Amino acid sequence: MRLKLLFRNAFRHKLRTGLTVVGIGVAILAFGLLRTVVSAWYAGVDASSASRLVTRNAISLVFTLPVSYRDKIRSVDGVNRVSYGSWFGGVYINEKNFFANFAVEADNYLSLYPEFILKPEEKTNFLRDRKGCVVGKKLAARFNLSINDTVTLKGTIFPGNWDFVVRAIYAGRDASIDENQFFFHWDYLNETVKKKYARRADQVGFYMIGLKKPETAADTSRAIDHLFKNSYAETLTETEKAFQLSFISMSEAILTVIELVSIVVIVIIMAVAANTMAMSSRERAGEYAVFKTLGFGGRFLVMLIFGESIVIAGLGTGLGMALTYPAARAFRSSLGNFFPVFQVDPETLYLDMAAGMMIACISALFPAWRAVRVRIADGLGRIG
Amino acid sequence: MPSIIDVQNVSKYYHRGAESIQVLDNISLTIETGQFLALMGPSGSGKSTLLNLIAGLDQADQGRIVVDGLDITRLSETQLANWRAGHVGFIFQFYNLIPVLTALENVELPLMLSRLNRKERREHAQTALALVSLDDRMRHYPRQLSGGQQQRVAIARAIVTDPTLLVADEPTGDLDRNSAEDVLTLLDSLTRDLGKTIVMVTHDPRAARKAHVMKYLEKGLLTDAPQAVVSECV
Ligand SMILES: Nc1ncnc2c1ncn2[C@@H]1O[C@H](COP(=O)(O)OP(=O)(O)OP(=O)(O)O)[C@@H](O)[C@H]1O
Ligand SMILES: [Mg+2]
Repeated sequence: MRLKLLFRNAFRHKLRTGLTVVGIGVAILAFGLLRTVVSAWYAGVDASSASRLVTRNAISLVFTLPVSYRDKIRSVDGVNRVSYGSWFGGVYINEKNFFANFAVEADNYLSLYPEFILKPEEKTNFLRDRKGCVVGKKLAARFNLSINDTVTLKGTIFPGNWDFVVRAIYAGRDASIDENQFFFHWDYLNETVKKKYARRADQVGFYMIGLKKPETAADTSRAIDHLFKNSYAETLTETEKAFQLSFISMSEAILTVIELVSIVVIVIIMAVAANTMAMSSRERAGEYAVFKTLGFGGRFLVMLIFGESIVIAGLGTGLGMALTYPAARAFRSSLGNFFPVFQVDPETLYLDMAAGMMIACISALFPAWRAVRVRIADGLGRIG
Repeated sequence: MPSIIDVQNVSKYYHRGAESIQVLDNISLTIETGQFLALMGPSGSGKSTLLNLIAGLDQADQGRIVVDGLDITRLSETQLANWRAGHVGFIFQFYNLIPVLTALENVELPLMLSRLNRKERREHAQTALALVSLDDRMRHYPRQLSGGQQQRVAIARAIVTDPTLLVADEPTGDLDRNSAEDVLTLLDSLTRDLGKTIVMVTHDPRAARKAHVMKYLEKGLLTDAPQAVVSECV
């Protein structure tokens, strides 16, 4: 009977309840998507390993380091493996087809990234072919690339048309791994650069360093940077995570705003839901007085009002959560280039539920308080 | 006959800002078991206020009200609520049924506070509805019933707990002549056949005619009904 009462109360005004449920649904959906955008932004950071260091020119990323640093870095305590590479910045057919492409020393690089899964024979073919390249699974799907296809990139930093042959396609170990990258052999880049622009030869954009133990990251970084102190190209070494974060920090203000907006959305819908509940319970003041007259206590009324509020907010939250997945999928297919990893975290769903619960409780709070407090004679007076 | 209700020197004030208005002035009244009492008087004379005090819906500022040997002016709010649930049945002018519950569920409602199980509750509610001749309207919602039928459902709800005392505030005030007649006949048979004590506030001389005793309230003072009023009711 109690359940019957609160369900029937919830649907007494079908239009009002319907609109409120849809409103809550949309708010929860917006909340979920905004959270997902933020976490998509940080995906690169989360995927980065704590046992990798990145060494780059201390002045800025635009400046390079000599490839000869490699052996010196390898001799530093705590360093297990060293690879290096350059941001190539090639364009595939047209600038809209943006994706990350790097020239790397491939053998060590792939060993440093066990999260990129390659078929053994494809890996061998790639390592053997000077003009070979390896592409991520999503990238391959996006441009319909298969093994042995030729890909031509137009160089921006290194002008000219560059031909590559797809020799391997990597898959991410899990969904947080970016499958939209493109790698080829740094040697191929360097040979060509040597011929055309000799001054720019034998330079790398970054060193990627594997540590024996992640705990030594700080000491090892310091040791590497110390090694090149007062040389003509000083280095800055940091964990891969810090390196990735330094990219994001530029957009951190925007992310903060997005997070704020996601909270504002919830607060607004809370006000709307609270208004619905307040309206309903104001109309029912007489009924609440009848319940009290019959001997029902404040606890019963609190249960009734919170129950109704939970039913409405629960439906809205369920609707919003159900819509989050298809919406995220649509989002991914239209904006996937910008967000290589666009996934709804389970955490977002928990936050959805918490937000829904909060909407329910906050909007029931005032009506319940008023219903408990109102004197019977006054409540009846609204009708009689 | 032993008295079931004993109102002793009761006063009630309402406060509006700084000024306080005396609504009931030192009222005393005894009602005997099984009596049907009609409380009359002009609008604003304090009839509903007195009824609410007797039924334990509101607290008096002075005086004692003893019902069935229990001084209800000494009970806390919660104790009063429990006492009402067991001992008082309520009938209002505007029926005050819960619109989302069927007739049967409305009648069952007060029994949720009793120790009866679901099946017993249902049976009691059906019996009460049969008593007011509405056993064929059990699944109807209040809006599907006429005013008179709604008031009969309300009466069934009032008697389903088998209370010692029934209070009715202008039970026929919103009804046409025939429905009012039905309701009054019903109340009459409740005192006659079941021995219920009824306190009824009314403006309606025809309603008052059914009562055993008439009391008259004017400007917060209680008197026996003036001759003019009585003669109108005979
Ligand atoms: N909650 C309240 N606060 C202030 N004054 C009140 C309150 N309830 C009633 N009154 C006043 O007390 C007086 C008596 O009210 P009451 O409702 O008892 O009258 P009544 O005899 O039942 O009138 P009616 O026949 O119109 O129902 C009125 O003057 C009313 O304005
Ligand atoms: Mg009144």
